[in-house]
Amino acid sequence: MKTRSGLGMKIAGYLAMILVVVIVAAPLYWVLTTSVKTPDQVFRKPPLWWPEAFSFSSYPDVFRNYPFGRYMLNSVIITSILATIKIVLGVLSAYAFALLRFPGRGAVFMLVLAALMVPNQITVISNYALIAQLGWLNTFQGIIIPLAGVAFGTFLMRNHFMSLPTEIIEAARMDGCGHMKLLFRILLPMSWPTLVAFALITIVNEWNEYLWPFLVGSDYRVAPLQVGLSRMINTDGGFTNWPLVMAATMLTIIPILIVFLFLQRYMIKGLTSGAVKG
Amino acid sequence: MVLDGLVTTTPSKEKRSPDASNEGSTSAAPHKRRSILAARRREYLLFLALVAPNLILLALFTYRPLLDSIRLSFFSWNISSPLPPRFVGLSNYQHWWEEITSHGPALTVVTNTVIFTAATVLGSMALGLALALLLDQQLKGRGVVRSIVFAPYVIAGAAIGIAFQFIFDPRFGLVSGLLESLGKASPDFYQNPRWALFMVTVTYMWKNIGYTFVIYLAALQAKPVELYEAAEIDRASRWTVFRRVTLPLLRPTSFFLSITVMLNSLQVFDIIYVMTRGGPQGTGTTTMVFQVYQETFVNYRAGYGATIATIMFIVLLIITAVQVRIMDRGNK
Repeated sequence: MKTRSGLGMKIAGYLAMILVVVIVAAPLYWVLTTSVKTPDQVFRKPPLWWPEAFSFSSYPDVFRNYPFGRYMLNSVIITSILATIKIVLGVLSAYAFALLRFPGRGAVFMLVLAALMVPNQITVISNYALIAQLGWLNTFQGIIIPLAGVAFGTFLMRNHFMSLPTEIIEAARMDGCGHMKLLFRILLPMSWPTLVAFALITIVNEWNEYLWPFLVGSDYRVAPLQVGLSRMINTDGGFTNWPLVMAATMLTIIPILIVFLFLQRYMIKGLTSGAVKG
Repeated sequence: MVLDGLVTTTPSKEKRSPDASNEGSTSAAPHKRRSILAARRREYLLFLALVAPNLILLALFTYRPLLDSIRLSFFSWNISSPLPPRFVGLSNYQHWWEEITSHGPALTVVTNTVIFTAATVLGSMALGLALALLLDQQLKGRGVVRSIVFAPYVIAGAAIGIAFQFIFDPRFGLVSGLLESLGKASPDFYQNPRWALFMVTVTYMWKNIGYTFVIYLAALQAKPVELYEAAEIDRASRWTVFRRVTLPLLRPTSFFLSITVMLNSLQVFDIIYVMTRGGPQGTGTTTMVFQVYQETFVNYRAGYGATIATIMFIVLLIITAVQVRIMDRGNK
């Protein structure tokens, strides 16, 4: 209803915007300011809303006291390999489901889609046993391969391919365009926004993945950032060095927020496209 | 997983599948039948080649363990021992049911799961909708606000859990500081099970509200203007318009959100593990997912863990089926 909205509604709208920004920003502000306080400034009553003296030493300390750089590298390795596999498999299966004829295609597609309904807590038990049997505990392949099947992306890309104008695909086929050429030269160049959305959603998901790497990759040589971060709280025993932990939290959050900042339009579009049309 | 299912597809698009027209053009030349058959076989093989790797992965790491976990729920098994699982029939299920009827830990866990899931699903949907309705007008800076509100959704649950653990610190946290400036004492979020459950629920809602908001806002912006113009001519009140026009229009979106948010919140592990380890007092914030982890990997009772996972899966299937039924009935 863009056409008419009363003044009262406008004011309510702006107030809601301010309120929600405060609610989202306050915790992040708290994390950021805590990370630049000295430990003695953290334990004050009433709390210091603004640091008395800034101390940035927590940031280098994160790397000095913990294998945090290694955790970061592990996260980058796991996320980039996993996202690459998923994007390739997702695009190829989507092409097959959208453009190739095959008896039972619909049933096979339902099987892929239904995998979204299987919660991971029911699969981890048996998958853990299998990975342990293969001797893949604390290895990258043990973390990556069980997560590599792609259901959501197949669905997203297939729907997109099916929404492309048939005439273009027809014309390309008439010109004797082969399948791979059709996919890479014609379909994908028309699909950038959806492909970026798929890639971004995948990267965010894999970067944030917790339960599986937590179970099979506890060793610091393979553990991703999230697992390493959560280990920092309890290793200190009773006393937690909050500025240090908050600095580590900032370092964990920032890479994904930067990616999100530049590409969030695509991500929101990808997430809403399936939901809204229905 | 961030998004566990865009369930509502666009069935109308299926008919526009390029194959349909392709079929029409090829059958126009019957003398080419043999080469068409060969082409079909090639297409068949290509289909297999393209889909097989993905299908094999899903079969091996989603469907196989699903069936295997259901099987294991009838066994007693220490996951870290080399001894094979021992068949125990229904005794895992009996044990669980006895704990439910005798108000044991299993009942607390189920209650926690219901409270956590219902609160996050209803809470984040209601807040997301309210915010979307208020922001569905021309406002300066709305795009920026949309990005800011959505940002927590991409932050890792583990990082959010750690941040909020300190925010809720009963002595030195942000919340206790704010409450004390109002002259109130902070509840003990760490030791009191009810407040601890409140803490993890609020934390997860903070992460999720941007998701429901963004999807509701997109749905509101896609709605047909004509309906509202008609309502305006009829001099319908704002409340009537909302109830009779807006809410019915948002039905598919609400249905979609109720399923995806429920699936996601039933699987929350990182926030609970990081913030409370399922405690305080043993099961204060233990949900069923967390209990599956604890029984399988901490207490080494993988069979019992599989039983809880199976019960959860069945309940999930029933709830989803009911939701689909309700949705279908509304469409008639």
